[in-house]
Amino acid sequence: MAIDIGTLDTFPKLLLHHARQRGGKPAIREKDLGIWQTWSWHRFADEVRLLACGLAEQGLARGDHIALVGDNRPRLYAAMCAAQCLGAVPVPLYQDAVAAEMAFPIQNAQITHAVAEDQEQVDKLLEILPQCPSLKRIYYDDPRGLRHYRQPEVKSYDSLLDTGRSAAKLDGAFFETEVAKGRGSDSAAMLFTSGTTAAAKGVVLTHHALIDRAKAAADMEKLGDDDVVLAYLPPAWIGQYIFSYAQPFVTGYCICCPESSETVMTDMREVGPTYYFAPPRVLEALLTQVTIRMEDAAAPKRWLYRRFMAVANRVGGALLDGQPVGLLDRLAYFLGDLLVYGPLRNVLGMSRVRVAYTAGEAIGPDLFKFYRSLGINLKQLYGSTETSVFVCIQPDGHVKPDTVGPAVPGVELRFTPERELLIRSPGLFKEYYKNPQATSEAKDREGWFHTGDAGYFDPDGHVKIIDRVKDVGQLADGTLFAPKYLENKLKFFPYIREAVCFGHGRDKVCAFINFDVDAVGNWAEKRNLPYTGYTDLASRDEVYDLIRECIERVNADLAQEPELANSQIHRFLILHKELDADDGELTRTRKVRRRHIAERYEPLVRALYDGSASVHVEAQVKYEDGRTGTFSSDLKVHDAKTFVPAAARKAA
Amino acid sequence: MILSVENVSLSFGGVKALQEVSFDVEQHEVRAIIGPNGAGKSSLLNVLNGVYHPQSGRITFKEKTFEDMDPRQAASMGIARTFQNIALFKGMSVLDNIMTGRNLKMGCNFLQQALWLGPARREELAHRHAVEEIIDFLEIEHIRRTPVGRLPYGLQKRVELGRALAAEPELLLLDEPMAGMNLEEKQDMCRFILDVNDHYGTTLVLIEHDMGVVMDISSRVVVLDYGRKIADGVPAEIRRNQKVIDAYLGVAH
Repeated sequence: MAIDIGTLDTFPKLLLHHARQRGGKPAIREKDLGIWQTWSWHRFADEVRLLACGLAEQGLARGDHIALVGDNRPRLYAAMCAAQCLGAVPVPLYQDAVAAEMAFPIQNAQITHAVAEDQEQVDKLLEILPQCPSLKRIYYDDPRGLRHYRQPEVKSYDSLLDTGRSAAKLDGAFFETEVAKGRGSDSAAMLFTSGTTAAAKGVVLTHHALIDRAKAAADMEKLGDDDVVLAYLPPAWIGQYIFSYAQPFVTGYCICCPESSETVMTDMREVGPTYYFAPPRVLEALLTQVTIRMEDAAAPKRWLYRRFMAVANRVGGALLDGQPVGLLDRLAYFLGDLLVYGPLRNVLGMSRVRVAYTAGEAIGPDLFKFYRSLGINLKQLYGSTETSVFVCIQPDGHVKPDTVGPAVPGVELRFTPERELLIRSPGLFKEYYKNPQATSEAKDREGWFHTGDAGYFDPDGHVKIIDRVKDVGQLADGTLFAPKYLENKLKFFPYIREAVCFGHGRDKVCAFINFDVDAVGNWAEKRNLPYTGYTDLASRDEVYDLIRECIERVNADLAQEPELANSQIHRFLILHKELDADDGELTRTRKVRRRHIAERYEPLVRALYDGSASVHVEAQVKYEDGRTGTFSSDLKVHDAKTFVPAAARKAA
Repeated sequence: MILSVENVSLSFGGVKALQEVSFDVEQHEVRAIIGPNGAGKSSLLNVLNGVYHPQSGRITFKEKTFEDMDPRQAASMGIARTFQNIALFKGMSVLDNIMTGRNLKMGCNFLQQALWLGPARREELAHRHAVEEIIDFLEIEHIRRTPVGRLPYGLQKRVELGRALAAEPELLLLDEPMAGMNLEEKQDMCRFILDVNDHYGTTLVLIEHDMGVVMDISSRVVVLDYGRKIADGVPAEIRRNQKVIDAYLGVAH
């Protein structure tokens, strides 16, 4: 159970509480040199004390902003807390952002100090230093490659600790005094929104908001100090902030930092988290991997897998929800658990998962059902940076694939006539930093936050989100067009990685497709199709046929749904390149930026609708090393079969 | 001066692989050996770590002079190398392969190892720590347990570099470390080579065909052609040297 908050109204106060209450219990683990190294709560608090004293000595003052750039590392989390001890505001930045993208947050928040993970991040900060006069100090954690840096701004984390050590000796009471000055209403973090809709905005969240929401959800799920979480998503993202900072501080559970981003799967198997979060994209990638590996397995294994997955599909979800299931099915599921589900959960590193969440975007019903049928308690939640995440959570036993559940205690919800969801909650953000206009647009005078998401309450009082209010459109004949809904349906196929649907104000729906290069590559190898890479595969008729079959299956499904039967996809093309955040086509959290793509590929959209069989593209491509080049080729446009709507068939 | 080679000649029957080759390697430098195919580059490397025994000439390493080297002696004196054709144990994991690079540093005997006695255990842990540092350094944590045979070529090359580093060499000989790599793999490898030079202070001698790479990362270059040294100097000089240009482009006779 989460602890009683009482007077512990800031994160530093919570840290000191844990150091007293459960000083010996693990707070953070990190795999280093092949071994999991543990920081106890006691050790964590000591590190934070020294850092805070060091940072104060180096001029970080109450109200200042400090940037944290890097992956999930114990020392970066310690720096986050140390800044809060001094009343400064930590601003985690996305570690894979290019240097230019970091300039805005640093200028906007007048960041004075930065803690960077390694040389890569230090280089980026040094690159933008001339545009960011406020930045005075850059501390690095990993000294590798940085020995010869002579810039006066660059200092090591260890030197900061040393400074802190001598300062703490001189004034022993300084740290406790500073922590005691903190108030729940102080700003605890500033997180920059991913910019799906507009330029990034700095969302300011208070200690009170974050602690309140973290505790509400922890109470609901009965999280305790023996839970374990794998911290593998970018720390600049609110979800990661909640799951690996706010909630451990509220409940005392332990977070584990993977060795590197490539070892996440192995590390997850070793750690065996009990509380897990994954955006649909990660779950999708895992399922794709499972599917590919099952296709490569021996015939008896494939047979077992098919056989028992059918059983799981039928009764797995019902068993998890505690609904009545026949004895024979129970027996079959038990056998399946021994032979298939158990081993599969183990391979996925989910053997011990008690509560798993997914959020960020809508999840395909089949994908969702796959995990639940394996006995993994995957649930959906709804929230955003502005709401400290937890707005809706599906309670155990009341899980549906197409809703995000009812409101979490403390949250008020209502819908506008335009179906926009409005939220009032203690977890709401304080403001968009230095942007009062955007703040007042998002949060009205009565304290309702306008989410921009369209949806409605289902008969059980669960919230169902269909799309962004501004993206929900109409076809020329006036029927509903919800592009994300269609794209999600397409993306459930392991072969399709990304889809962009067009149709607002037009007579029919057409789509761009990005296939999954691993899955299609594997498929091509099986058919002895030689290929060089994505672009090569994208021009093959065989691949077009494969994708067309997927689209036609979606069309067949859509024909069954009265409201969406007109949204069947008539024509499609396979893009010559993968959509990339570096080209501005996806956000850093990998959401499709539909409008930007429609503008950038305007001639391609035109070709989808004017009936031409191919279209010439000449594109600027940005290579990873920053150079640009041009690419030119002819893209094919293919038709897909559509079906007579079920409603119309009945009428006839 | 860590290594000097004086008037070394090597022949196989009538084939004169090296003729009166002399050059030296300064402490802590990156020294490149280049030349067209069959110029004797690999033979020269093989002479340096004692695989071939030259008919005449002298090699001075760390102020000791030898007529020829013995591979084991070369290794124990601090010379390690990688090979043009990867020479790893394909069925063993990356970790085990790199561990083999520590074998000259292991002091316990067979019986102690077999019984896993105190000293053997302590030794193994210390070596494992050293190997893990190399794994971290070369950023290959994700393939630690993967059998080498299943890795792509570029990664195998990196593992081979790791095994050579495990011997904690003072002089590291790299035989075409970037052959057959794509641009990105080459850039990675260049970075690792310079990092090795900087971080461990290792002196490097490397054979490489990619002129861009050679000119970028080496401090001095030796050029061989038909077993003879035709040029020796800093990259800018070599680039302008007419003999070198002729050797690479060919001249009308």
